[in-house]
Amino acid sequence: MPEFILITGRTSKQGAALHKGKDSAEYRLATGFVSMNHEDREHLGVEAGRRVRVRTAFGETELELKEGKLPPGMIFVPMGPAANVLIGAETQGTGMPDSKGLKAEVEPL
Amino acid sequence: MLGIINGEVYDPRNGINGEVRDIWIEDGKIVSASAASPPELGGTEGGRDAAEIIDATGLVVMPGGVDIHSHIVGAKVNAGRKFRPEDHRDHVRSRTSLGPPFRGEVRGATRSGSGYTVPSTYMTGYLYAEMGYTTVMEAATAPLVARHTHEELEDTPILDKGVFITMGNNHFIMNCIRNGQREKARDYVAWLLEATKGYAIKIVNPGGVENWKWGRNVSELDDEVIGFGVTPRQIVTTLAWINDELGLPHVPHIHAINLGQSGNARTTVEMIEALEGRRAHFCHLQFLSYGGKPGKRLRSGAAEVARAVNEHPNITIDVGQIIFGPATTMTSDGPLQYRLHQLTGNKWLNDDVEGETGGGVVPMQYKRNNPFNAVQWLTGMELFLLIDDPWRVFLTTDHPNAGPFFYYPQVIKLLMDRDYRAEMLAGIHHRARKGALLAELDREYSLYEIAIITRAGTARALGLQNKGHLGVGADADVTIYAKLDDKEEMFARPRYVLKDGEVVVRDGRLVHERPGRTLYVTPPYDAGIEADLRTHFEECYTISFDNYPVAAEYLPHCEVVPCA
Amino acid sequence: MKIENVVCPFCGCLCDDIVVEVEDSRITAVKNACASGRSLFLNAHTQAVQPKVNGEEVDWPQAIDAAARILNDAASPLIYGLSSTASEAQRKAIALADLLGATIDSTSSVCHGPTTIGIQNQGEPTCTLGEVKHRADLLIFWGCNPAEAHQRHFSRYSALAKGKLTPNGRKDRTVVVVDVRPTASSRRADIFLQVRPGCDFEVLAALRALLKGQHLDVDEVGGVGVVQLQDLVERMKSCRFGVIFFGMGVTQTGGKHLNVAELLALVAELNAYTRFTTMPMRGHGNVAGADSTLTWQTGYPFAVNFARGYPQYNPGEFTAVDVLARGEADAALIIASDPVAHFPRQAAQRLSQIPTIVLDPEINLTAQVARVMLPTAIYGVSAAGTAYRMDNVPLPLKKVVESPRPTDEQVLDWMIERVKTCLA
Repeated sequence: MPEFILITGRTSKQGAALHKGKDSAEYRLATGFVSMNHEDREHLGVEAGRRVRVRTAFGETELELKEGKLPPGMIFVPMGPAANVLIGAETQGTGMPDSKGLKAEVEPL
Repeated sequence: MLGIINGEVYDPRNGINGEVRDIWIEDGKIVSASAASPPELGGTEGGRDAAEIIDATGLVVMPGGVDIHSHIVGAKVNAGRKFRPEDHRDHVRSRTSLGPPFRGEVRGATRSGSGYTVPSTYMTGYLYAEMGYTTVMEAATAPLVARHTHEELEDTPILDKGVFITMGNNHFIMNCIRNGQREKARDYVAWLLEATKGYAIKIVNPGGVENWKWGRNVSELDDEVIGFGVTPRQIVTTLAWINDELGLPHVPHIHAINLGQSGNARTTVEMIEALEGRRAHFCHLQFLSYGGKPGKRLRSGAAEVARAVNEHPNITIDVGQIIFGPATTMTSDGPLQYRLHQLTGNKWLNDDVEGETGGGVVPMQYKRNNPFNAVQWLTGMELFLLIDDPWRVFLTTDHPNAGPFFYYPQVIKLLMDRDYRAEMLAGIHHRARKGALLAELDREYSLYEIAIITRAGTARALGLQNKGHLGVGADADVTIYAKLDDKEEMFARPRYVLKDGEVVVRDGRLVHERPGRTLYVTPPYDAGIEADLRTHFEECYTISFDNYPVAAEYLPHCEVVPCA
Repeated sequence: MKIENVVCPFCGCLCDDIVVEVEDSRITAVKNACASGRSLFLNAHTQAVQPKVNGEEVDWPQAIDAAARILNDAASPLIYGLSSTASEAQRKAIALADLLGATIDSTSSVCHGPTTIGIQNQGEPTCTLGEVKHRADLLIFWGCNPAEAHQRHFSRYSALAKGKLTPNGRKDRTVVVVDVRPTASSRRADIFLQVRPGCDFEVLAALRALLKGQHLDVDEVGGVGVVQLQDLVERMKSCRFGVIFFGMGVTQTGGKHLNVAELLALVAELNAYTRFTTMPMRGHGNVAGADSTLTWQTGYPFAVNFARGYPQYNPGEFTAVDVLARGEADAALIIASDPVAHFPRQAAQRLSQIPTIVLDPEINLTAQVARVMLPTAIYGVSAAGTAYRMDNVPLPLKKVVESPRPTDEQVLDWMIERVKTCLA
């Protein structure tokens, strides 16, 4: 199964959708996807818009696949409930979980 | 009605030197202070029997302490707290609940806190009160962040406080000076003091802080401020003129140029002379009274500077006495703080503030056996002993720059007890000791003089009519000490401290918490200046003119001190 | 009614030039704000809502009573959030934590907490945003993406802003972006250095070495060519006034505070050549205020515990994620934040297992698992107060619309009084 480096973070859409309420369709759409670059997506053999399973050592979740301008081998998930499932609670004495740079697998569904 | 009876009273403002007096207090004010007791009270119900009495027989009674220069709140202090957890860990204060519940209410619980050289706000209020101080002036706030300072002041209980507003590197003022518009600068200063709810004009390294934004500094009174074509001399003299024009209760409060550098006694004296008789206060003068050649070994230049102070009755000073041990240096003097970072290798905070000022913070450790620190220590002592008029030299440690404020009792002992002083002198680095003038100075301060340099004189220099004395109409801020031979012990643990007539400290421990007031000034100005200011804000600031002034809601406990 | 100079409380930029139009206590138009700010004002809920306890609507005294009992009964309560409320409310929350002997932590711990630890090691050469606007001719954005997260940063304060020494705005500045991926920000930069994920520390260390004139006998460090790094060092040394803005790309990757300390050391060392400063890109509108209020009241900016009667500080021990993930917190008061939406699952789950109280204008994901929900006015929209910009400049928040809801500050005051009487 192809291995990726997972980065989570803010996006402008996620920021704007916050205020629509976290039950809103906008918020779910803004936070419920994973993106990777064109070549990685082709290699994975999944069309954009289809769902994939993303898995880390801490958890797994199903997300919509998008294409984005990312370096090879990197996937991005906006901060939000979906990303949380993939992140561990270990903070190495800092209070900060590893929210960026995690190893992740992506599996077509 | 509360009476403090039979105390040995030291009230220099009213010329009372250790005479036995009764002091009567009502509604937070002194209503009577005389040898004859009790005052006429009209009827037996309100009479002496009904009053609360503190028997001060054998005790020393003074007005509450008034600190003219201390860094206790605001952006720099808080940055210092934030980046120094190592300062706080072993210096903590637990929350307490004062007294039993009353009608279901827990009364007067005190807050916890932490910090040694940079204590948290509640702890600062408690520690000052427990040392017998009831009024403290925050020595420097950048106008842009004055709102922050006032938020912290509201969380600093018991003490009455004022804030000095840094203006020595202000773009609007420097532009006015360049364009020969000192009346406009005057109106701006008045507007700025009202907008920031400030108490006095503060000048820090005039021009040098602006030059630091180019990686430079000033070193002479006539050096040029980059981009403005003005000089430190012009900045200082213009602000001194403005101060007189506005009739501010305090005088311009000046941190001069070349702080901490060998040979700065010369530029300090030059700045005193540049004022040409206008009134001014020079703060933490110890750091500005060094002899020797620039860049070479540090020597005391206290004699030279003290002579100039003695010859210029328009000048008051505070010393900024070094306390051996940990300190946190924090000033608006950006280039100085960078230099301290390079000298010590200690961590460095810098904060340049748009169009106004700058600043920095660097931890410090003053050591007896460090020749540089030892010279600093004896320079401060010499200033205390060489300046003749106690009404013009005041006790500070420039907290926390030269040491924490709660070491004032140690400094008092050094001034009152020459044997103790000789013992300290013998323990400092031999190179500093060699040939030191201090060894020849055997002056000892009296209790009366201590009362001047810690309350009466500071209150007078600050223009606080109701502070620093125990005459009728004064705020009933009173400190009562046991009369002990060991003056450090005596001044560290007052038997009672009263704030606005209420006992807040008993036997050196806080027993009652109450809010203090923030003191500020509202000098008049020509409202026509607003149009210019709006343009200035659009060009120079990243916040709007309308969001700049600190609204009255930030000062729920306050008092406007009138201008002349 | 048109209200001018409104401060937008969304992000650490605290833009204070927003114009809000209000008709019949409803916001009808918002000018000057970015998409996130507009959305915040236009979607603001200000109508009356009853508090809830166990899903049932109750009146305010009942709700406060329930909350106070939960907190009093807990052995180890956690108070968390604070970054999207006014400093007046933050000060009350700290007072409550002190009274309870609770742990208190802000969202700082999961954004720039490592920055604070880095600063505690190394110091911080910084400035206000106006200095950047007027002086900076070299801007470096490291591991941050203002084009998406701080959308008006470029135009108001940095890349595009026209200042005194930068009258031509963008033309007078060199903009460098350092990130692990191309972003909306990197597309607007003059230079983009793409770092391999997790290699920020190595790249920063290489820059420090080059600054000291040391030779690196490798061709690239962390995915960036040494030639490019040398070029950047020359630009840094020769600029008039430089600044590095940095974000969670630095704080959330491996190394965390060590990355930040390395960055701060580089910036401090650059001051031997020219003026150089740095600033963390603070996310939430008043997260800088949370650091400030906690610091002035306790001495420490986050991760504070009062169990011994005095403040103790220890990130990793008293930080919210750790206290929850280890199962130590036995009750929680969440103020103006949504940890269930943003915490690792293991920590978030704990909040549904213990009695949780939520103080928030919105029924967010945490509110959905909470035992007590206290709906409050929105800071900067229907509640006034103070917020601290990312450069620690404090700004006054306006109440632009009336709301029948109490403010966070009022509710916390009620809770303090109730807890005191319970204690008595």
